Amino acid sequence: MKHTVAVQVANESGVLARIASLFSRRGFNIESLSVGQTEDEDVSRITLVVCGSQKDLEQLEKQLNKLIVVYKVSNITNDPAVSRSMAFIKVRADYSTRSEIIQIVDVFRGEIVDVANDSVMVEVTGDEGKINAMEELLEPYGIIELVRTGKIAMTRGKK
Amino acid sequence: MSKRFTGAEIFIKSLSREGVETIFGYPGGTVLPIYDKLYDAEFEHILPHHEQGGIHAADGYARSTGRIGVVIATSGPGATNLVTGLATAYMDSVPLVAFTGQVPSHMLGTDAFQEADITGISMPITKHNYLVQKTENLARIIKEAFHIASSGRPGPVLVDIPKDIMLQEVEFVYPEQVDLRGYKPNYRGHPLQIKKAAEKINQCRRPVLYAGGGVIISEASSELRQLAEKAQIPVTTTLTGLGAFDEKNRLSLGMLGMHGSTEANMAISHADLIIAVGCRFDDRVTGKLEEFAQEADIIHIDIDPAEVGKRVAIDIPIVGDVKGILTKLNEQVSEKSSNGWGSQIQEWQEMDCRRCSSTGKNGRLSSRPIIEEIDSLTDGEAFIVTEVGQHQMWAAQFFNYNRPRQFITSGGLGTMGYGFPASLGVQVGNREATVFLLAGDGSFQMNIQELATAAKNNLPVKIVIFNNHYLGMVRQWQEMFLDRRYSSTCLRRRSDCPPQCSEPDEGCPEMIPDFTKVAQAYGIKAEKITKPEEVRAALERALAEPGPYLLDCLIEVEENVFPMVPPGGSLYEMILEEESE
Repeated sequence: MKHTVAVQVANESGVLARIASLFSRRGFNIESLSVGQTEDEDVSRITLVVCGSQKDLEQLEKQLNKLIVVYKVSNITNDPAVSRSMAFIKVRADYSTRSEIIQIVDVFRGEIVDVANDSVMVEVTGDEGKINAMEELLEPYGIIELVRTGKIAMTRGKK
Repeated sequence: MSKRFTGAEIFIKSLSREGVETIFGYPGGTVLPIYDKLYDAEFEHILPHHEQGGIHAADGYARSTGRIGVVIATSGPGATNLVTGLATAYMDSVPLVAFTGQVPSHMLGTDAFQEADITGISMPITKHNYLVQKTENLARIIKEAFHIASSGRPGPVLVDIPKDIMLQEVEFVYPEQVDLRGYKPNYRGHPLQIKKAAEKINQCRRPVLYAGGGVIISEASSELRQLAEKAQIPVTTTLTGLGAFDEKNRLSLGMLGMHGSTEANMAISHADLIIAVGCRFDDRVTGKLEEFAQEADIIHIDIDPAEVGKRVAIDIPIVGDVKGILTKLNEQVSEKSSNGWGSQIQEWQEMDCRRCSSTGKNGRLSSRPIIEEIDSLTDGEAFIVTEVGQHQMWAAQFFNYNRPRQFITSGGLGTMGYGFPASLGVQVGNREATVFLLAGDGSFQMNIQELATAAKNNLPVKIVIFNNHYLGMVRQWQEMFLDRRYSSTCLRRRSDCPPQCSEPDEGCPEMIPDFTKVAQAYGIKAEKITKPEEVRAALERALAEPGPYLLDCLIEVEENVFPMVPPGGSLYEMILEEESE
């Protein structure tokens, strides 16, 4: 089962290495990870998507909490939350297919961010399912390159 | 403007502020500024002959005194030589602070001479570590390092200090308090959980206390005894918990686990309630996990939340300091005159399962009488420090430990080469005490260079080598599970021996080295014994000698440790003795 975990950590050098080292030695699998600044300049936030059983996750949270640089660990998998990731997809496009592709991108409220002679670059933001669907629809045209960010998430309403 | 001090001076002052009395360390290029300031230090410095020896000595010092062990090493190889010692201390929750020199800040990351990324290397084997980036931060970091090492669940902390940081001058302000946003250990157990536990204890019929090293760390032995005696609960301890409960107490079951006693393992297997205190359900303790304590509800008291439910599902977890929780528990537990299964326990106790025969084959010397003689000659008061292997298990089985911090051993990591330097640290921390090192002929050679440290500092450790010319524990496994194929475990083996040999006999080559001659080369008195009747007098000579003493005991070569729960087996499936051929 997939879990989304928000981790508040000290904004200092070496923190990501500590988290990564902990994951590898305890045998936890990271599906995606994104890290960035928060409203507090001393704190960074890591959003993790990890696979494992409920028991694995409990152990993961406890082990993360043991790190001195970790301030707070919240499992927000079952909380009402908004989550997004983003992708760039470079897809083959010539004069005959370009308009079809633009239509698909419009439906997904994506954007064409670059056009070349034989390709376009698409930017799409959304939850995992939306990006997967977009990828599937563009597949027949020929995907040249694809890059996805990790997921970021925030719970709704009060903290 | 207030006075300014170099980083090296701040280092010395900070250690004094922490009340450090002894440090163990080995000099080198990047720690030169600190070594130059050592002349002004109020604490004593002990020079080991290998950084690994230094950190194990600091570890033995810490375990035996309850104070924080401090070690210094230089950058690069000095730092990497600390790795085994850090991992050893981390596994057994020993409070250590290790300082390493580092190449100057501007050379970091350039593969400079004697540069190693020790903070990267030691990340998974320290509780926390630091690379000091500004001299202004040094005092705060030292304060935090000592706080982190000794609070909550203790552990080693490493502080890596680039050489330029030691030379730069700043004002010295030592912080009074530590405030770490991400580190607030919880000491107080939840009252509701304690109440539930007390009710459970009052209702149960076949209880067992399973006590680990956490009881010793938390200084909770008397609270443990009160609980055991008040509710009449038999007590088994882990290897690192030995001494937490007086083994001469009627309620003592001795050690549990792979080489535990019958009474301990049978009691665990048949209990209806296990009260696990300051322990972590290690695989050497539980045997086959699915069959561990199947009939029992489990209460687990530990300060580390990550240990609760890590390996075994827990019915009543109580996270917090063992001492405080046991005190509260004792107030709520009702007094009993006997528990439901005293006679059954007694029956198991009377089996005297430690079937190691008291003499070896053909009247040769064996391990048991040596250890029992040490126990009797020192009135059970000596510190017993061990290496790792068969002799370690015999030491656990045959000496009756009666006080916490008396038995010093590498439990979790099982570090050969730990014992001898650790015993020197024990002696440094307990100058008047009698300290015995029980060692195997294999382990002792892993830090044999520390004979120099013992001799030069006149540390009167009594070294007893259980010399069977084998890496005995590995050989035992080969005998039992690998059809007696003694691959690479015979220490008498020479290049011209037959390729496969499992039949040691009189014609075998001499053991290298002759330990007595090695000791004598370091100016340490030594003798060799081969017969059971020589044991007592030899030990008396060792005890009478004011300095260190080495006793090389040539014991039965194929003696095994029993009982034994075979790897992957259940605790109730002990092998009690040698199968007759």
